[in-house]
Amino acid sequence: MAEQTTKMATRKSSSAKKAARPVVMTDLTGQTLVTLRTLNEKNPASLATYEKLGGYAQLKRLVTEKIKAPEIINQVKVSNLRGRGGAGFPTGLKWSFMPRYYDGTKYLVCNTDEGEPGTFKDRDIIRYNPHQLIEGMAIAAYTLGARVGYNYIHGEIWQDYEIFEAALAEAREAGYLGENLFGSNFSFDLYAVHGYGAYICGEETALIESIEGKKGQPRFKPPFPASYGVFGKPTNVNNTESYASIPWIMQHGGQAFADLGVPNSGGSKLFSVSGHVEKPGNYEIRMGTPFKELLEMAGGIWKGRQLKAVIPGGPSTAVMPARAIENATMDYDGLSKAGSSLGAGSMIVMDDTTCMVKTLKRLSYFFYEESCGQCTPCREGTGWVYRIIERIVDGKGKMEDLDLLTDLSNNISGRTICALGDAAATPVLSFIKHFRPEFEYYIQHGKSMVDGK
Amino acid sequence: MLSAEAIEKIEYELAKYPKDRRQAAVMSALRIVQIERGWLSKESVTDVAKYLGIPEIAAMEVASFYNMYDLQPVGQYKITVCTNISCMLRGSDEIVDHLQHTLGVGFNEVTADGKFCIKEGECMGCCGGAPLLHVNNTHMHEFLTTEKVDALLEELNKG
Repeated sequence: MAEQTTKMATRKSSSAKKAARPVVMTDLTGQTLVTLRTLNEKNPASLATYEKLGGYAQLKRLVTEKIKAPEIINQVKVSNLRGRGGAGFPTGLKWSFMPRYYDGTKYLVCNTDEGEPGTFKDRDIIRYNPHQLIEGMAIAAYTLGARVGYNYIHGEIWQDYEIFEAALAEAREAGYLGENLFGSNFSFDLYAVHGYGAYICGEETALIESIEGKKGQPRFKPPFPASYGVFGKPTNVNNTESYASIPWIMQHGGQAFADLGVPNSGGSKLFSVSGHVEKPGNYEIRMGTPFKELLEMAGGIWKGRQLKAVIPGGPSTAVMPARAIENATMDYDGLSKAGSSLGAGSMIVMDDTTCMVKTLKRLSYFFYEESCGQCTPCREGTGWVYRIIERIVDGKGKMEDLDLLTDLSNNISGRTICALGDAAATPVLSFIKHFRPEFEYYIQHGKSMVDGK
Repeated sequence: MLSAEAIEKIEYELAKYPKDRRQAAVMSALRIVQIERGWLSKESVTDVAKYLGIPEIAAMEVASFYNMYDLQPVGQYKITVCTNISCMLRGSDEIVDHLQHTLGVGFNEVTADGKFCIKEGECMGCCGGAPLLHVNNTHMHEFLTTEKVDALLEELNKG
């Protein structure tokens, strides 16, 4: 254990010097990493490294021993793994929606289109441990009978896209992807594809449209991708971290994974910590870890300042004032009880110098800019919301603007095809709810209560 | 007309999809042509559409929807700075001010020598390294300071 700690400490200082890698650490107890198992190795992304740690052994075992799909799905159900992309839908249940018998090609899709502000965990999986994702996808393909898979990667992280492409080539060469794997009749081809700057493509049906070479506008559901997905074929879509958790679950069993976490939130999870902390980065911790512990791992609030607020799961989850999150635990139920939600585990930390009015202005600009334009309430509403907040920041706000913002947001939420409308409304509603005096001050004085500007 | 190199790269992408689904490769085909020609003129979009055998409007719809495609010239180096929340909290405004002051151009403008253009970007999914920017859609520069920006500009100026 001592040796392990030293090793990690060394890694920290070297990454601080190079300042190229965000800090990535296991939890304070030194618990084994699940999705970033290769992290402390010399060449974390290489096939040799992954194989050395037992990589691809689970895929080989399941395929060669002809383990039946219901048995695998059952382990995933027992694991309590919930979709790591933000929605938290139980992965095992989702897998059971795929038609077992289907005369034609079924597809598997991985969503690595991280564009929710504050989310950057999947990037570290594809650049530091790509083979675990490939193995997880291959196991899912074997289980669900998918012949072809696509990993859709955020276009902005091009260098990491290339790392993943290289890992695919290695896996093909080594016989982990392709025709008749391990001499069985199971074949699976997996490809990397990319986005090119559209937040909305993180929504699974917009992502599917984008794979097909179209603009990323979400489809109306139902039908769900399990019956009508890529090219109109049955398709299973999961997040990167979800797939990357599968090999570990197959190795240690669903129960062991569930036991890493708390009831209703199985496993460990990557939390992306950004904003006003000393050591921003990804932290893989057990579900149910106290917020205070995670904040401590991230070095606490920077510059010796005080915590003001946290957005715990990306801007589509409600902002929490310090007093609401201080005693919360980082899991689905813990954050829900405290008044927000876990989302993708994208924790944005704000210190006491943060002006909430200006911060909300930036977030509402984001949703306005990224609305795909398909649904009127979102297309028109997000722009309207942004213009009102902009005029408050310009010193031209009116007191009735606050009720107008609330009313507008309530009329966007729940009235759109996809969840972007709800996501756009959440920050507006929660910022005004928790920090109303700051907004009132700004309107009355034409300047910020916090920075006086 | 697409170059032989571009065609070779587009064929690599086409192989990822069923033979009758050539439109699926439009995202990467537009990227490939943009990299080769610096930006996407209407003619470039048409060339891509023709090669894939899809309507021009289908290619244009994609080119105009995704914000990393440039439908106007962007100079030799397009610098896209993320100003979203995590970057903003760690000083992206200062980075933007410094870039604009040093290069003498605002967002979406190209310097007189045709060398640089600054764009405001949305979240790039690397917020642990905030503030950050990327150059020509490919090279990410994280943990920025004004000194690092100066060093980067100097390096690019040499190239």
